[in-house]
Amino acid sequence: MLNEQQLRQQIEEVRTGRRSRRAFLREMIALGLSAPFVTQMLAHSRVAMAASDFKYMPARAGGGGTLKLLWWQGPTLLNPHFAIGTKDQDGSRMFYEPLAGWDPDGNLAPILAAEIPNVESGTVDKDLNWVVWKLKQGVKWHDGQPFTADDCVFNWQYASDPATAATTFGSYKDIKVSKLDDHTIKVEFQKPKPFWADAFVGPRGMVIPKHLFEQYRGGSSREAPANLAPVGTGPYLFVDFKPGDLVRGKINPNYHMPNRPYFDAIEMKGGGDAVSAARAVLQTGEYDFAWNMQVEDALLRRLEEGGKGHVEIFAGGNIEHIEINNTDPSKEVDGERSSVKTTHPFLTDPAVRQALSLLVDRLSVEKFIYGRTGKATANFINNPRQFVSKDTSYEFNTAKATDILDQAGWKPGSSGIREKNGIKLRLVFQTSINAPRQKTQEIVKQACQKVGIDVEIKAVPASVYFSSDVGNSDTYAKFYTDIQMFSTTMNQPDPGDFMRQFLSSEVASKDNKWQGRNITRWRNDDYDALYHASEYETDPVKRAALFIQMNDLVIKGVVIIPVVYRPSVAAVATKLHVLLSGWDSYIWNVYDWYADA
Amino acid sequence: MLGYLVRRLSLTLPSLLGISIVLFGLLALAPGDPFSDLATDPSIPPSVAAGLRAKFGLDDPIPIRYLHWLVAMLHGDWGFSFASRINVSTLIVQRLPTTLAVIGASQILALLIAVPIGVYAGVKPYSLFDQVASSLALVGFSLPTFFTGLVFILLFSVELHWLPFVYRTDIGGSGPSLYWAYVRQAIMPVAVLGLFQGAAWTRFVRASVLDVVHLDYVITARAKGLSERVVVFKHIVRNALIPVVTLVALQMPIVFGGAIITEQIFRVPGIGSLLISAILANDTPVIMAVTFVFACLVILFNLIADLLYGWLDPRISYR
Repeated sequence: MLNEQQLRQQIEEVRTGRRSRRAFLREMIALGLSAPFVTQMLAHSRVAMAASDFKYMPARAGGGGTLKLLWWQGPTLLNPHFAIGTKDQDGSRMFYEPLAGWDPDGNLAPILAAEIPNVESGTVDKDLNWVVWKLKQGVKWHDGQPFTADDCVFNWQYASDPATAATTFGSYKDIKVSKLDDHTIKVEFQKPKPFWADAFVGPRGMVIPKHLFEQYRGGSSREAPANLAPVGTGPYLFVDFKPGDLVRGKINPNYHMPNRPYFDAIEMKGGGDAVSAARAVLQTGEYDFAWNMQVEDALLRRLEEGGKGHVEIFAGGNIEHIEINNTDPSKEVDGERSSVKTTHPFLTDPAVRQALSLLVDRLSVEKFIYGRTGKATANFINNPRQFVSKDTSYEFNTAKATDILDQAGWKPGSSGIREKNGIKLRLVFQTSINAPRQKTQEIVKQACQKVGIDVEIKAVPASVYFSSDVGNSDTYAKFYTDIQMFSTTMNQPDPGDFMRQFLSSEVASKDNKWQGRNITRWRNDDYDALYHASEYETDPVKRAALFIQMNDLVIKGVVIIPVVYRPSVAAVATKLHVLLSGWDSYIWNVYDWYADA
Repeated sequence: MLGYLVRRLSLTLPSLLGISIVLFGLLALAPGDPFSDLATDPSIPPSVAAGLRAKFGLDDPIPIRYLHWLVAMLHGDWGFSFASRINVSTLIVQRLPTTLAVIGASQILALLIAVPIGVYAGVKPYSLFDQVASSLALVGFSLPTFFTGLVFILLFSVELHWLPFVYRTDIGGSGPSLYWAYVRQAIMPVAVLGLFQGAAWTRFVRASVLDVVHLDYVITARAKGLSERVVVFKHIVRNALIPVVTLVALQMPIVFGGAIITEQIFRVPGIGSLLISAILANDTPVIMAVTFVFACLVILFNLIADLLYGWLDPRISYR
């Protein structure tokens, strides 16, 4: 585990060129940080952001025909501030753009911004209280109106108004945006914000035009006609939209980047399932690109043999993990189960947790279920093998688990199930209905049965499991079972949001309608203290060290058991050239896409 | 007959009201929530989902929500989709042409298969033709549409590359090549549905012809020396098809409801796929509107089937 001293030393080595930037990035990701967070930290320590090495070859715009995209969940609305899930963000991204996007290495790439703010040129306050964005000159909206700072200020007002109920609210609520001149804005934070690249960046940063949305703020936001006929600054003009089915665009002749875009038209078809989408790209060639290929790797490999396309796997995905309940799901207190007023009869025993983490055969899960689309991991984020520390290994060892349990006093009873003081090791294990997940459950169950832990498997339909419905007892937030499994997204740029889910104050309970982020109901004073320190820490390096420590506490205490790291997977036609980033939308740089003639 | 009609129509309104109450109650009590995606995203504060729920009146008690819906419906306002924030009527109208075209064509195909084959098999029972036709009908009826759909895709799209398997509503161009492109992409879904439906109807038509074939007037017609063609078309078919006509009339609402599985497989943007995605997203206004219209159509076509039966068959009278 790295402490702050060592971190600073390594950063200095990156800055002077003695350490590879990419290697440092991989190591930081292994320790629980996200790529955008790391590049912000490096930037603050005077290590400039790098540009990606993707080369756009075509010499002029147009002539590429139609780019056909297949998203097996079709976008249902085209206003980025109302987007629920990545499908809506992607549908909007063809027409709207943010000031900057995240490239695959976590660097900021300017889109509507003229340059990326940094401390040296005075556009980022060294105490991190404000950021100044310089906007590109000469950018026009699709209807010919000029794009100016007024539009950015408007977006802040629109998104931060609670009556609009924008899903981007969290990024705009604690800031103040003011216009310095027609092409410069200043974003001020209530308190110093080390991760300043949240507002106006990436999927949550897409800018909508003031002149079309001005009369539709707050309560009347859903009535704006532009919600269904987007007018943005993006490479394609809006043609048609059928919710859940189809979005179509055609080339924007006045696009602000030269010689772009390559394609004359774009269409995004929605619906169906992931497997047939993979077929449509890799076998029949009807489509050029398919999103989020949640398909078994064995099948993807067979499809790739056709030679019409290949599968792209890129970093920045989710962690499939098992959560361990700290409270008792079988006792009801004041009308709620899994209440913090109870303690779990056996899962709070560190020996049992240790044993459980040794019983998850991650390598088999990777090999037989996920393949390339799921790498075994022991850490809370991805884990390149060369950085595994001896503390966080992903061992699978039933003999060792047996020893640990025996020594802790859990002896097999007459039925073969281990027990101690009359308490039997009986678990209910829930997850959503999803073939790879059910297979993983079976693997875990088998290993546990061998050792004398009885596991009952429960599978809940995804739309119910992930809902926030107060009346339903099968949601993941209520956690009315002993252990459960799902994925959390780690492409939120700031780990701060992500680490909230282990805070005592965030415990999900009846009082907050189970909206708290801490579902495991784990409470630890050391962790809380570290988190609160990180909130006020303005030095990104110190903050990174704090996050690394927090991550370590979670892993050592076996609060959760990481199973596999899930990178993002897309199916790409052979002739198509794309650059995919796991830290932003799949089509974050669709303006740069081109195909071989 | 007029009295019968009036009585039936007067029963319609209370039935529709009852149906809408049951539907709404079921949806409101069902688990799931339209804003669940927001809950899994750590950077969206829970207040946004709570704000949206309040805005769409999801926190009101169920009877109040039902009343709001009913009043709006009576004003012609079919409601507002939670997921896409557009009018439900717009959504339905967007999908109607595709549904009518694809599903409608499949019903016509089913009829074109079922009537000739069923009649011929019924007129010559237990012949070779009949045995082959009955076996094929049994097989076609037993194989689920997702199976036949996948087999067709693997055969015609993946292996032979003859037909595209993703249905696109936006094919460019005009004139004959455009129509040909539409036909090419519709062949598989129409065939899958048509063959399935046709297999079921073939057996029914055959059974209904068998009922009529040994009746006295058919024997008399043959004895009179009429040609087989006249006997079949003028006497047998006309009478045998009466129950078939009523069956088809009862099946008409399905054209609106679409064929959910086939639409999913081929990505046909019909009303069936709208319904299934609305159910999975817990988008109550869309579900209510589609199922309510479906209920109205069922009641309407039931009435039409009853009236048709009485008109075609002089032995039936209404009291």
